[in-house]
Amino acid sequence: MIKEALLSLLAKGPSYGYQLKIEFEEATGNAWPLNVGQVYTTLSRMERDGLVTSIGEDEEGRPSYEITHKGNEELLGWLTDSVERTISTRDELSMKILMATATDVVNPEKTIAAQRRSSMQSLQDATERRRKSNSQADILHIERLIANLKAELTWLDIAEERINETTKGKGK
Amino acid sequence: MSSKDEVVLKFDSAVKEFRDGPNTIRALDSIDFSISKGEMVAITGRSGSGKSTLLNIAGGLEFLTAGDVYVLGNSLTIIDTKKLSSLRCNTIGYVFQNLNLIPALTAQQNVAIPLEFDGTKKSEADELAMLALRRVGIEELANRTPKELSGGQRQRVAIARAIVGPRQLLLADEPTGALDDLTARGVMDLLAEIAEEGTAVAVVTHDPELAAYANRIVRLKDGKIEEVSQNSSKNSAVIDSDEKES
Repeated sequence: MIKEALLSLLAKGPSYGYQLKIEFEEATGNAWPLNVGQVYTTLSRMERDGLVTSIGEDEEGRPSYEITHKGNEELLGWLTDSVERTISTRDELSMKILMATATDVVNPEKTIAAQRRSSMQSLQDATERRRKSNSQADILHIERLIANLKAELTWLDIAEERINETTKGKGK
Repeated sequence: MSSKDEVVLKFDSAVKEFRDGPNTIRALDSIDFSISKGEMVAITGRSGSGKSTLLNIAGGLEFLTAGDVYVLGNSLTIIDTKKLSSLRCNTIGYVFQNLNLIPALTAQQNVAIPLEFDGTKKSEADELAMLALRRVGIEELANRTPKELSGGQRQRVAIARAIVGPRQLLLADEPTGALDDLTARGVMDLLAEIAEEGTAVAVVTHDPELAAYANRIVRLKDGKIEEVSQNSSKNSAVIDSDEKES
């Protein structure tokens, strides 16, 4: 993924390790710190694979690189390819709710209520953070979190309703 | 700061029952909570949990079977019709799910209506309507009729009508239900702003994101309060700014 991110930045024009590190961190809202060594290691691997080419040093002696035709093609493929999503059945929250339902230790509603409280608190914090943020990358990270938390809260309501229906059906 | 603690809406052991043939259904049971000036409270819960009934009672549209509900200290159970209708024109603003805007009137005329009903002079009502439209950010659309406005703009007109003049309590039933996500966001920001400016806001919603804008969330289940949760991230921010002031 770092490789594709560096290709994206090089698509704007030739650059060198430290500059790429700074641009990468800026574009991702500092969510993913990189060190310059890591950048140069990746660049030399990319050069070996023909994705970038070394264009010598700039006036300050920094080794610079530019993207190749093959690199451009690889980047375009990556940006337009979808990311595979799988639903995890081994999630701890699902496990807790299923175990609460399968045993009589606590009412599953209690397990659900505890998670609802915590997810709602996270949603409130995220909403406040979004209100105060003015970096595009930050806002997109927060929007993603908000969308996930809303989905979880919706799922908790559905889970509660489904469990209640089943319990009623059993005449409990 | 004492003004912010002023209770605008208060439920006191409120009970609401409906008759369904030989059966009595308890839609609200022992409801106790209050909303102060400057506070936004979200009322959540599944369909049938009693949230819309709660809002209708706060707005004087339905009446309790037992217990009491107060708006600025006025009991809505023993109030006479004239006083109630004046409260509904002057103090309580209601945003309905289907908005209830009058198609033949402009945005400004729609907003001015409750004031004119209560005997405010037309010129003064018009001026206050413009102020309300300015507060919701659509002053320039004052002369358009509802059908010349987008869904989000119509929602803003309905909110302006609910906060026009000296209103101190805003009640909204699923105010973002019919809007796309980003338009809904604008309405959420607006409701939070209206609360910050000093209006008590009660909003019924099933949208967790809108609920997250509130200072407090009251969750209903089968007519009872299941849980009340404070918004610590928002409330701590309020305390911070107060400390800076003093």
